[in-house]
Amino acid sequence: MNDQWTNRLSEYIDGELDSTERAALEAHLATCGQCYATLGDLRQVVARAQSLADTPPATDLWPEIAREIRREQAPVRRDRPVRRRFSLTVGQLLAASIALILLSGGSVWLAVQQRSTNTAAEPAVTTQPSTARVANWTGSTDVAIAELQAALTLNEKRLDSTTVRIVRKNLAIIDRAIADARIALRNDPGNAYLNLHLADTMRRKVELLRRVNDMAAARS
Amino acid sequence: MARQVLEDTLTADSIAADTALAASGDASAFERLYRTHVARVHTLVRRMLDADEADDVTQDVFIRAWQKLSTFRGESAFGTWLHRLAVNVVLARRKRVGIERGRFITQEEPLDGVTSKPVTPELSMDFEQALASLPEGARQVFVLHDVEGYRHEEIARMLGVVPGTSKSQLHHARMALRRHLER
Repeated sequence: MNDQWTNRLSEYIDGELDSTERAALEAHLATCGQCYATLGDLRQVVARAQSLADTPPATDLWPEIAREIRREQAPVRRDRPVRRRFSLTVGQLLAASIALILLSGGSVWLAVQQRSTNTAAEPAVTTQPSTARVANWTGSTDVAIAELQAALTLNEKRLDSTTVRIVRKNLAIIDRAIADARIALRNDPGNAYLNLHLADTMRRKVELLRRVNDMAAARS
Repeated sequence: MARQVLEDTLTADSIAADTALAASGDASAFERLYRTHVARVHTLVRRMLDADEADDVTQDVFIRAWQKLSTFRGESAFGTWLHRLAVNVVLARRKRVGIERGRFITQEEPLDGVTSKPVTPELSMDFEQALASLPEGARQVFVLHDVEGYRHEEIARMLGVVPGTSKSQLHHARMALRRHLER
């Protein structure tokens, strides 16, 4: 069975023989039953390999991974002074939220400005940006936000009017930041910073809506 | 069919969103990515290394992914990026434990003890066992080429061998596994 062609059968299957070798091997296969049978077996091995299924680990590995992630983050926290447990008022939370949004919104503006300045000096990019990709991934978050906003509409009556006014005002600010990020991403869908900024801003909106809904629920 | 396409699209969108969130430090989003991809990574690691190393190395892959997420630029799918990272971790492990190049089979002895295949749904598991019986080098070339779809040139670069060696070891691995197919 180990004739000169046996060791070339895998290369034949993988299409790696040149036309002369391929023709010679095919001529040999027409006359050698053993090589022909081996070829069939090897094809079965390849097919089997491609049909193997993935299986998860027997135990959940996440707790250990989560522990390691937390451990890595710990040195950053150790650099800070010892913190006491405290709670923020809604007003303080919203103020912090506004500051973060304005800061990151300013960063977007700078990034866009920088981008447009750089673009003028750069050669034309031939790849068409995929705006659909950027637009699509936010879909599930949009649904979550819509649900939370609908819940807030029902819950608003449990909050005092000042809180409602502040919440609405700050949601409007966050919405503007999201809109700005989406516009910027339309022009530069592959910009990692803008993608992260949009994701982060949407996450902040979800968190704010959840927090306000929780607060309203607690007052019911 | 349309439903499947929709589900695939939603899954891809969800993974992309979770990737962006995880890169900004959201551990919950990263856990969702872990749940989605752990089977594929663990299976790859288990096939490339010994089974008893698979848990540790899989954990290492995800911890490194968390550390390196800021370098992920979205030029490929997150799964593709993670898969390549897993291969790199496995190969680094291979070097570290001193499994040097050259430990490839040249004969078919490694599977001599494997019984002939039963015609049952457990066939795939038997094939996995036969695959696990291959020596490291041949097993890794086989997994990378026939299971994972890498080309010989890529495998040769990753393993530090010439493409001809990769081709030769793939053929030896296939011939060894072929015995398992024989009735």
